[in-house]
Amino acid sequence: MSKRIGMEVAMAVAEAVALCRLDVAAVYPITPNTHVAEHLSDIVADGKIDAEFITVESEHSALSAVMGASGTGARTFTATSSQGLMYMTEVLPIASAMRLPIVMSIANRAISGPLSIWNDHSDIMYQRDAGWISIFAENGQEIVDMAIQAFKIAEHRDVMLPININMDGFQLTHMVEPIEMLDQEEVDKFLPPFVPYASLHPDRPVSMGALAVPEIFTEVMKAKDEALMNSKKVILDVWKEWERLFGRKYEPIQGYKTQGAEVLLLTMGSMGETAELAIDELRRRGIAVGLLKMKLWRPFPKEELRKAVKGAKTLIVSDRAVSFGAGGGPLAAEVRSALYDEPSRPAVINELIGLGGRDMTVEDFIAILIKAGKKDGKRKREAYEFYGVREA
Amino acid sequence: MSIASDIKLVEDFELYAPKLTDKEEYFCPGHRACQGCGEALAVRLMCKALGKDTVITNATGCMEVVSSLYPTTAWKLPWIHVAFPNAAAVASGVEAGLKALRRKGKIADRYVKSVAIGGDGGTMDIGLQALSGAMERGHDMLYVCFDNEAYMNTGIQRSSATPFGASTTTAPAGKVSIGNSTWKKNLPEIMVAHNLAYVATASHGYPLDFMNKVKKARQVKGPSYIHCFSVCPTGWRCPSDITMKMARMATETGVFPLYEVEKGKYRMTIEPRADLRPIDDYLKLQGRFRHLRPDQIKIIQDRVKLEYRKLLGKIKHSKSWDKI
Repeated sequence: MSKRIGMEVAMAVAEAVALCRLDVAAVYPITPNTHVAEHLSDIVADGKIDAEFITVESEHSALSAVMGASGTGARTFTATSSQGLMYMTEVLPIASAMRLPIVMSIANRAISGPLSIWNDHSDIMYQRDAGWISIFAENGQEIVDMAIQAFKIAEHRDVMLPININMDGFQLTHMVEPIEMLDQEEVDKFLPPFVPYASLHPDRPVSMGALAVPEIFTEVMKAKDEALMNSKKVILDVWKEWERLFGRKYEPIQGYKTQGAEVLLLTMGSMGETAELAIDELRRRGIAVGLLKMKLWRPFPKEELRKAVKGAKTLIVSDRAVSFGAGGGPLAAEVRSALYDEPSRPAVINELIGLGGRDMTVEDFIAILIKAGKKDGKRKREAYEFYGVREA
Repeated sequence: MSIASDIKLVEDFELYAPKLTDKEEYFCPGHRACQGCGEALAVRLMCKALGKDTVITNATGCMEVVSSLYPTTAWKLPWIHVAFPNAAAVASGVEAGLKALRRKGKIADRYVKSVAIGGDGGTMDIGLQALSGAMERGHDMLYVCFDNEAYMNTGIQRSSATPFGASTTTAPAGKVSIGNSTWKKNLPEIMVAHNLAYVATASHGYPLDFMNKVKKARQVKGPSYIHCFSVCPTGWRCPSDITMKMARMATETGVFPLYEVEKGKYRMTIEPRADLRPIDDYLKLQGRFRHLRPDQIKIIQDRVKLEYRKLLGKIKHSKSWDKI
């Protein structure tokens, strides 16, 4: 039986991964991800699980090592943050092209420069096109659930792709939250052993990571894209199964008080909970606002997004990363693109918020929502702003 | 052993080979290496010495490019390539994966060796960090560097393995340039400093010596390293039919001595004549050294002798850890 315990979220992620009968992990220290690595190595050192923990000399090697291990058919895990994820950049798209179902947790943190250890989403947005499944958690319970779901999704024979699960650095990683932790029996029932199509073993030699000439490269790219697109079906199935077994519901875009909302706010990650309070307050005042929380980032949930914004006059997209020179953030760009073909669509306003750990309070979200409502969609469509920026 | 007696050996291959090595080919014909490629020969010999129960991790480079062009493969051993700088890291993961799966009874209960291979660029320059990390962590793996003394795959750019005075495409000889103006990095020595139980230099010019070293390294339960000298006729601008002669000359001149370091004890495995063959013999066969003047050749000759004496000193004074 699962039990509810108070635990630091980063440590809870390590606990969840440990329940997944892990074979090999390789993690390099980086703030604010470090507690995941420390706690997982504690679990291995105490003999609680039978796994290899490789103390690599860099994040580049962390991902490389788990790729080698995954190639042998091992269940693998790595975790990182910010500069560490940047350092993995070279290897990330190779992992997805080689269809290695690696699970990686990311403690989202701003990328340098200037150097910042605090949270935003610029690290994962930089890796948007690496071909990984990418999922965002809003709280500790979600990231713990997602860690276990991730292995099932990634290793599914119709998917075979690496997956990253994202939690906001500090705001989530360092919070002590009440978390319902499954027991070993429940996880074993939910998560079958990893059975690879092919593995590195002399009994059946294979060559992995071949060179592709122009005649085949396009086909490989299409195969990778299709695999990622098709993974959505498995993700939805796994989430439905999870809801049935454990009662917690996951959707690509989760709505909160969206009924009859004229203004909708779209968030990713932990700020959803803060924004909920702002919605509650405005609804109390009789203002028709609602919240959309994006959980699935790749594959991009286009259909769900279109459905979710139907009827709204204004959609505020909050971005926690900047796409420099493009005029806004990456999330807003994709949302605008997804809605472009719709016969009727809300005006899209892009707020760049919470960069490099800048705090966002309930009052901040209220201010954004009220401002958007007043403009009533007449604001210029390309508009974006760095919310709360101080200008001399 | 003279070259003549070696030729005799090759003629009687069918008679002698089965006694000397595995007749099975694991690195197969049909790959796209240049004519006279010393590295392809060395890889083939290494595979024979390693045998079937081996997983190869290949850094990006000549050997990866010529052997894995989709949908073909030259590899009969399980083989993985990920990127340029990370062969050692990937191989360390292969080792960890095999170890965990074997312990848990998920694969056959049999010892399989993880072996990483890379060129001098992928090993000594861009891959040095991953190599140092993997060796320091003590994985049960062998790393073999095939050193052809420049970035040959991308077109003969200098690396930290390029010898002094060689003309390369990024360190070209010119009116005010001698070509490459730095001395070759001594990576085997850096590996010795990692306290490996086995480090060796080798050359495809001495196939049995090389294969014996590979077999020895395979037996080590822990990290080991072999630095294999590999002649590149394309990059060195020498005829492709003198690959073996070039490799032998590198050792006979003392340019690339063949030795092994077992638990800290240095031992020369191929003894050149005491006064060493003059390096002129070696340099004059290669287009990359063609521009050198006699006074410049003397600088190289002096350095080769100095390095050789340094090595002899280590051979004389080093002791096995077991005897300290």
